[in-house]
Amino acid sequence: MTDLTTKVLTGDTRSIARLISLVENADPEAISSMKTLYSHTGNAHVVGVTGVMGSGKSSLLFELTKTYRHLGKKVGIIAIDPTSPFSGGALLGDRIRMTELSTDAGVFIRSMGTRGALGGLTNAVFDVVDILDASGMDIILIETVGVGQDEVEIVKVADTIIVVTVPGLGDAVQTIKAGLMEIADIFVVNKADKPGVEQTIAELQSMVDLAIDRDWKIPIIATSAKERKGVSTLIENIAAHTSYMHETHVFENRRRIRYEAELLELIRKRVISYVLDDEKLKSQVECCLQRISVRELDPYTAADEILNALLK
Amino acid sequence: MAKKIRVLIAKPGLDGHDRGAKVVARALRDAGMEVIYTGLHQTAEQIVASAIQEDVDVIGLSLLSGAHMTLFIDVAKLMKTQELTDVLLIGGGIIPQEDIPALKKAGINEIFGPGTPVDDIVCYIQKNVKR
Ligand SMILES: Nc1nc2c(ncn2[C@@H]2O[C@H](COP(=O)(O)OP(=O)(O)O)[C@@H](O)[C@H]2O)c(=O)[nH]1
Ligand SMILES: [Mg+2]
Repeated sequence: MTDLTTKVLTGDTRSIARLISLVENADPEAISSMKTLYSHTGNAHVVGVTGVMGSGKSSLLFELTKTYRHLGKKVGIIAIDPTSPFSGGALLGDRIRMTELSTDAGVFIRSMGTRGALGGLTNAVFDVVDILDASGMDIILIETVGVGQDEVEIVKVADTIIVVTVPGLGDAVQTIKAGLMEIADIFVVNKADKPGVEQTIAELQSMVDLAIDRDWKIPIIATSAKERKGVSTLIENIAAHTSYMHETHVFENRRRIRYEAELLELIRKRVISYVLDDEKLKSQVECCLQRISVRELDPYTAADEILNALLK
Repeated sequence: MAKKIRVLIAKPGLDGHDRGAKVVARALRDAGMEVIYTGLHQTAEQIVASAIQEDVDVIGLSLLSGAHMTLFIDVAKLMKTQELTDVLLIGGGIIPQEDIPALKKAGINEIFGPGTPVDDIVCYIQKNVKR
């Protein structure tokens, strides 16, 4: 076992941070650590928090974390913000709402850019969850980007999904994208210190009542991160959802989705780098591209040819 | 995936003006860096702890209140005790010329006064990151 791996397992902050950078940069050095860490994962409960920008996700994460800390839980936070497609840079501002947590040894916060991934997450998110899990975190909170596009990728990583909305945006059902409606395990109406909460709750309720095919009754919880209200209720509901998942097959099913997504993604990446790292295959790709561009070959036949060469 | 330069921008101390810090943060983002913006009123302990968790290459401090001699030096000292030797520490804000040598001696790698073109800061970081 490498020194870095051992230290991650003991919860050493700097080593956790360094290994996250390695996986984020797809550094081959991370692979042996990830292999070793895997048998130490599976203990953390992963909570995804999604919803439009400005709805108070980071502020809620801050309040949730403080309450979890009172309950003696260690908390890992992954806060994702968009990477600019033009410059490749990113402005990651979620820590602004969590300053007080920085010096708590039982909390680890990492801000990440999407780096080209779609769906509100970032490519390294599976590995980062595993690293935090193996390092001894009890709860892992993931804040998705929140720019309003379909951020349903979170179903592949989270055990419990919280969809956050706020009053006063108009019809709540309309403002939450269809995909998000289907993946929510808990609805939160944050900024409940503002007018219009009852209406927003009623609108969400009428929609939740239609979801008769699910035996988990989706709770709708009013919170105010500003006034620290509703946070304990939210935590109780996360706990209730956790028990529900463990009592039914939902937990295994959802984890299976995650493992499947993770494995298939790895295979995809491996196959592509296998092709590109092999001189002969790589030149065959180049050659195919040439023929495709002059309409001498179609991409489907080209892919067949390359796969056949690969399997030889 | 290529490594990206990660920069933590923080405002230690009590002054409440973060316009300059935000301008720099945006310029660094536009230069392709990942900027972790931590906001106002950060203590040295919070800044250094955040820098460790975020595994940054650079810490950028901004200060307008005149307390740089203590606050900047506090961060530099804490970085030393925490052995953050491969992290670049830079500062900006209203800092009298005569204070600069002492700040550099204390471990602040570079100081950028008001009106420094943001491109200079971008260039400095790109040339001087330690890893
Ligand atoms: N009135 C009110 N404002 C809130 C509440 N929660 C967050 N905010 C404010 O809403 C803004 C966005 O919050 P933030 O947590 O950054 O939202 P995010 O973009 O979803 O992470 C900030 O100015 C917060 O102070 C709340 O419960 N009530
Ligand atoms: Mg946020």
